[in-house]
Amino acid sequence: MGDGLRLNMNGLDYLILALYFVTVLGVGFAARRAIRTSVDFFLSGRSLPAWVTGLAFVSANLGALEIIGMAANGAQYGAMTLHYYWIGAVPAMVFLGIVMMPFYYGSKVRSVPEYLRLRFNRPTHLLNAISFAVAQVLIAGVNLYALGLVMQALLGWPLWVAIVVGAFIVLAYITIGGLSGAIYNEVLQFFVILAGLIPITVIGLVKVGGVAGLMDAVRGSDLGAAGLHTWQGTGSTDNPLGAHWLGIVFGLGFVLSFGYWTTNFAEVQRALSARNMSAARRTPIIAAYPKLLIPLVTVIPGLVALVTVKGLGAESGDLVYNNAIPLLMRDLLPNGVLGVAVTGLLASFMAGMAANVSGFNTVVTYDIVQAYFKRDRSDEYYVRVGRIATVLGVLVGIGTAFIAAGFSNIMNYIQALFSLFNAPLFATFIIGMFWKRMSAVAGFWSLLLGTLAALFTYLGYKFFGWFHFNSDLEESFWGAGIAFATVAVVAAILTPLTRPKRDHELEGLVYGMANTRLADDSLAGDAAWYRSPVLLGVVAVILAALFYIPVF
Amino acid sequence: MSDPREPHHYDHESYDPLVEETEEERDRSAAARLFDIRRVIGGLFVAYGLIVGLIGLFDSPAQIDKAQGLRINLWAGLAMLIFGLIMLAWQWLSPNETPAPRHGEERP
Repeated sequence: MGDGLRLNMNGLDYLILALYFVTVLGVGFAARRAIRTSVDFFLSGRSLPAWVTGLAFVSANLGALEIIGMAANGAQYGAMTLHYYWIGAVPAMVFLGIVMMPFYYGSKVRSVPEYLRLRFNRPTHLLNAISFAVAQVLIAGVNLYALGLVMQALLGWPLWVAIVVGAFIVLAYITIGGLSGAIYNEVLQFFVILAGLIPITVIGLVKVGGVAGLMDAVRGSDLGAAGLHTWQGTGSTDNPLGAHWLGIVFGLGFVLSFGYWTTNFAEVQRALSARNMSAARRTPIIAAYPKLLIPLVTVIPGLVALVTVKGLGAESGDLVYNNAIPLLMRDLLPNGVLGVAVTGLLASFMAGMAANVSGFNTVVTYDIVQAYFKRDRSDEYYVRVGRIATVLGVLVGIGTAFIAAGFSNIMNYIQALFSLFNAPLFATFIIGMFWKRMSAVAGFWSLLLGTLAALFTYLGYKFFGWFHFNSDLEESFWGAGIAFATVAVVAAILTPLTRPKRDHELEGLVYGMANTRLADDSLAGDAAWYRSPVLLGVVAVILAALFYIPVF
Repeated sequence: MSDPREPHHYDHESYDPLVEETEEERDRSAAARLFDIRRVIGGLFVAYGLIVGLIGLFDSPAQIDKAQGLRINLWAGLAMLIFGLIMLAWQWLSPNETPAPRHGEERP
């Protein structure tokens, strides 16, 4: 296998890829007609139906880091990777839709940091707005770098050409089409990604002799029978993931996953663009259904790669776990579906990056420029700022992509840093939403000290050797737990000592303080039983539990 | 950063002026002019279905062998074509209505 990862793309494969790029840009240009106000540009005029925002919600998370990474985890850890979907995502998505969305959408906030401004105060807001903006451009850069690497390996494009082409396309459709351009392309990307992954899965399963053949082969692999179980063996840490069930349930299932799904504006923004409260609440819940099934096309190919690609799992070179899907593409796909699969992979990179960039431009415009620098300008002015912020965000993203290129393992760092910001933010949110008395001052100090506590744990483990953990995973669980506890303790100490927010300031923002001015925005048909967020959400959680049975 | 305990000038309102202003701008919103994404998805998948399906019709034995004996291009092409047509049919059968004015929300 000395030929590396280069795919044998022919003219028709490139035609499929080119057709996709043209369509994506066309969507951006066509979406421009629908932009007149800043709400149009940043929140799609709050006009989209739930199935569109729901698919965009899942697509925003379906970046290639996710697809390539989860296939890699499938090859490395086996069935335990399913935890990232069924306990690490679905319950949090349902919770966001049922419990939290009424506060977000009902208060008409335009971003997640803005909720903090209304619920607490401006310092809390600014702290979160800045940390979010910085994290988004860093992650966009890592996405872009990963895109460049894959295009370089698969297509032989020079790294910088791949980075600039990818960045330019995302830049064009978001600058021109705003969030509508981003969301519409995410919906399209969702289907293209699936069209690329399904043939890999089908041919892979045929090759190993179906599901039964795959299970036999996995039992005979390095992973062994443990690779087919999710909960068995989690009474100790003697399992492929090295995780105890307590860690899985509370660390991954609660703190990390709730932190990511419920407070990450790059996700929540999709729901805020829905056309009414009912659609906003259904957005993450509709997204939970595809999320339940996505492991079929990521974890199964990972396992197929494990048993069919000899030597997979090397420390470096072409046979690292991360190349599980590209290797299967090379070995199994004939021209035609190969073009679709490459297009799907590139689509997923662009989906991930577009989510970061559109979250970034909104927060920079509404939460930094409008709130602290240029207060009373015309609405058109802010649309212009949004476009400039998009350009700057992408340019900085290109810069951080080249920085990322200088590190061997930056993705681990970014992931760790991101979970470091999410856990204290989630704790501050959840306490602030359910404890009406929590004061503004307590909000600020909770968030700040919680973040610092997580940072301290991380730096102490990674660089100074003050703490010892078995793995990065264990560190992120403990870091998140410590951050959560810090937020709770600081809030409990400071709140009684400081002035509470007045009741009318909290209307629609906290549990038990309904927004009396909230107009009924329901549309005909929203009352149908199959559109009930609670019913849809409960069914999703039950399905997630049932799916565990064959791989217990 | 200002003292967090300092009352803001909008303390007397339960609504935030920044949010309010933007919401008022929604009257001028052009979002209703957004085209229907189902048309784009349908169109792209019909095109992909035709291209990949045609490749599938003329696949060489080597290509079929690579795919473990499956005529994957033919099947994938057919599936994408049908999916594209369903999207187009869905859009044709239940077109997007322009959103009616929201209930209970007066417009100035």
